Amino acid sequence: MFEIVNREEMAQGSVILNEIKAPLIAKKARPGQFVILRAHEKGERIPLTMADTDPEKGTITIIYQVVGKTTALFKTLQVGDSYLDIIGPLGKPTHLEKYDGDVVCVGGGTGVAVLHPITRGLKQKGNNVIAIIGARTKDLLILEDKMKAASHELHVCTDDGSYGHHGFVTDVLKENLENKNVKLVVAIGPVPMMKFVCAMTKEYGVKTLVSLNPIMVDGTGMCGCCRVSVGGETKFACVDGPEFDGHKVDFEELMKRLRSYLEQEKESYEKFKASLNA
Amino acid sequence: MAEKKEKLPRQPMPEQKPEVRRRNFKEVPLGYTPEIAMKEASRCLQCKKPSCREGCPVQVDIPAFIKLIKEGDFTGAIRKIWEKNSLPAICGRVCPQELQCEGHCILGKKGEPVAIGNLERFAADYEREHGTGELPPKAHPTGKKVAIIGSGPSGLTVAGDLILKGHDVTVFEAFHKGGGVLVYGIPEFRLPKDIVASEVNFLERLGVKFEYNVVVGKTITIDELFDQGYDAIYIGVGAGLPRFLNIPGENLVGIYSANEYLTRANLMKAYLFPEYDTPIVKGKNVVVIGAGNVAMDSARTAMRLGADSVKIVYRRSREEMPARKAEIHHAEEEGIEFHLLTNPIRFLGDEEGKVKGMECIKMELGEPDESGRRRPVPIKGSEFQMECDLVVISVGAGANPVLTKATEGLELTKWGYIVANPETGKTKKKGVWAGGDIVTGQATVILAAGAGRKASDSIHEYLTWGW
Repeated sequence: MFEIVNREEMAQGSVILNEIKAPLIAKKARPGQFVILRAHEKGERIPLTMADTDPEKGTITIIYQVVGKTTALFKTLQVGDSYLDIIGPLGKPTHLEKYDGDVVCVGGGTGVAVLHPITRGLKQKGNNVIAIIGARTKDLLILEDKMKAASHELHVCTDDGSYGHHGFVTDVLKENLENKNVKLVVAIGPVPMMKFVCAMTKEYGVKTLVSLNPIMVDGTGMCGCCRVSVGGETKFACVDGPEFDGHKVDFEELMKRLRSYLEQEKESYEKFKASLNA
Repeated sequence: MAEKKEKLPRQPMPEQKPEVRRRNFKEVPLGYTPEIAMKEASRCLQCKKPSCREGCPVQVDIPAFIKLIKEGDFTGAIRKIWEKNSLPAICGRVCPQELQCEGHCILGKKGEPVAIGNLERFAADYEREHGTGELPPKAHPTGKKVAIIGSGPSGLTVAGDLILKGHDVTVFEAFHKGGGVLVYGIPEFRLPKDIVASEVNFLERLGVKFEYNVVVGKTITIDELFDQGYDAIYIGVGAGLPRFLNIPGENLVGIYSANEYLTRANLMKAYLFPEYDTPIVKGKNVVVIGAGNVAMDSARTAMRLGADSVKIVYRRSREEMPARKAEIHHAEEEGIEFHLLTNPIRFLGDEEGKVKGMECIKMELGEPDESGRRRPVPIKGSEFQMECDLVVISVGAGANPVLTKATEGLELTKWGYIVANPETGKTKKKGVWAGGDIVTGQATVILAAGAGRKASDSIHEYLTWGW
């Protein structure tokens, strides 16, 4: 059992932070790695990239958006409640190094949660780190303060202009690609955002890392559920990733595979909401 | 008397009727009653030199336990089996007996062999349902600690052997449940999961500790386990790397590896969706590629999930199909179609990226290849398409590198399997043994258990004498 020791609601309750006791995982985890969680005996296993770890306290932090039955169920868990199963740390850690130029970290939605430890790691390596984070509207923005502390320069964008730059993260990214000596872009967020970022950085010939979150079952390379096409080759995101060279990822295929269970997910979520109301 | 024995026919095991069972997940064979079991046991000739025993990878004293069943001493029978096999309820169900014990039975030369598998299953089931629950005696604690990585058939065998010898045993399992392939791979209708759970529970009652959700190689390493005070480590992690065909369209939605399809259905109980949260694609026109036991399990699972048609597509002929005869027979009875000498070339998808068909080519058998089987050769111009909305690729599994890559000092084959002494299971790394599919490549439950038995003897010697 993995006890929740701290819980926060963000983005008007649509995004939840859980700090969870998992000493073995906390000791081993590095930025970019993920865990697989299951809340109850009949639950499904879902992968979430860790937002933070505290080896001293023996805790890991996950931040997730409520999108369906499983995450809605996770949301009902309070401090003192436990996850039934958590395994990890899984996947390869982000390769952190000092680049000969600027580094831009671009995050959208809950992708910012995953981006945060990587941004911090790149800064610790001595890079000049420019961060760009975005959300649909001001109330949905997360981790602004933490991203500010983890970078040298933070730009905030909202689609509706309610806060910061009125527009997409790619607008600010373009300015930086034009005016700075950018050597690396890390983009983590919704698949369309990563796709547009990669299309842009490709034009400028700037290396771009993305972190993918396909559907998974075991998370140890045993089932092949998370296969993604990268440079024409099939890779398993759980063991070969979750980070890949964004210029080589087939985002169209990824989006289609993410929609594999759309109908079942809807059925399951409706049933759960009805049971909550009953 | 001898004449009378020969006349008594092999007692069939009652089964669910094919037209009923093809739509439910309950176990297919229903088991012997004590009367049928004693009758079947009376067919055994009690050979002086029993060749059935030679055919058993763990050398169960078969005539002895059958004699006890014949005499109605079912407790005695299970104890006799336990001397050599810690997983009889499982082996009685999933062993390829026709190639092993029953394949060697002298009665089989002229007629039908004794139903050894059915009798083993009976003894185990009787004990589980009616037994006293009394545990076998345990040796005094030795103070030695053993870590077992993987809770599949070989790991469970090693755990059962070493706990009885007085060692302190902990099993580390990556999944949330014990049993390995017995819980994620083999379906409920062939091996009910409460039977696996009861075998795991039996070991727990003996004092074996199970640590779930631990991925050795990720959560902790082998060297860290030694640092924690373990004296010996057994690796039995199985062959957990699915093979794909590497043909166009393979990443379309609705195309699964057998590992994924069966893990969803069995371990995650997706067949009970939405009561259970894990979804699974329920195909109407299902294609399973491959013809081993895992392919039969996948095809029969798809049928139970409501398919209109399930096809096994295999590039060789019926003779080369690797599945057990009984499994092929069960599949055919349930209406699974066999499309032999047929090879997929590419998959076709719709605009949503879902699979809607498969292009195949007809094959013919040419000269024997390195496996000794006649090589299938494509027939030019014989391409054709078949409709499908669910494909399960079941063409075998390889070595999963998660643990082996994170462990220094192990020797691996060029395919990534662990090199271990076939007699002892010893690897090149001091204090580390390995067995089962991670050494041999994908094989059977009982071969994995047999490898576990050899390794546990060797580990016990090492812990006792230091070699």
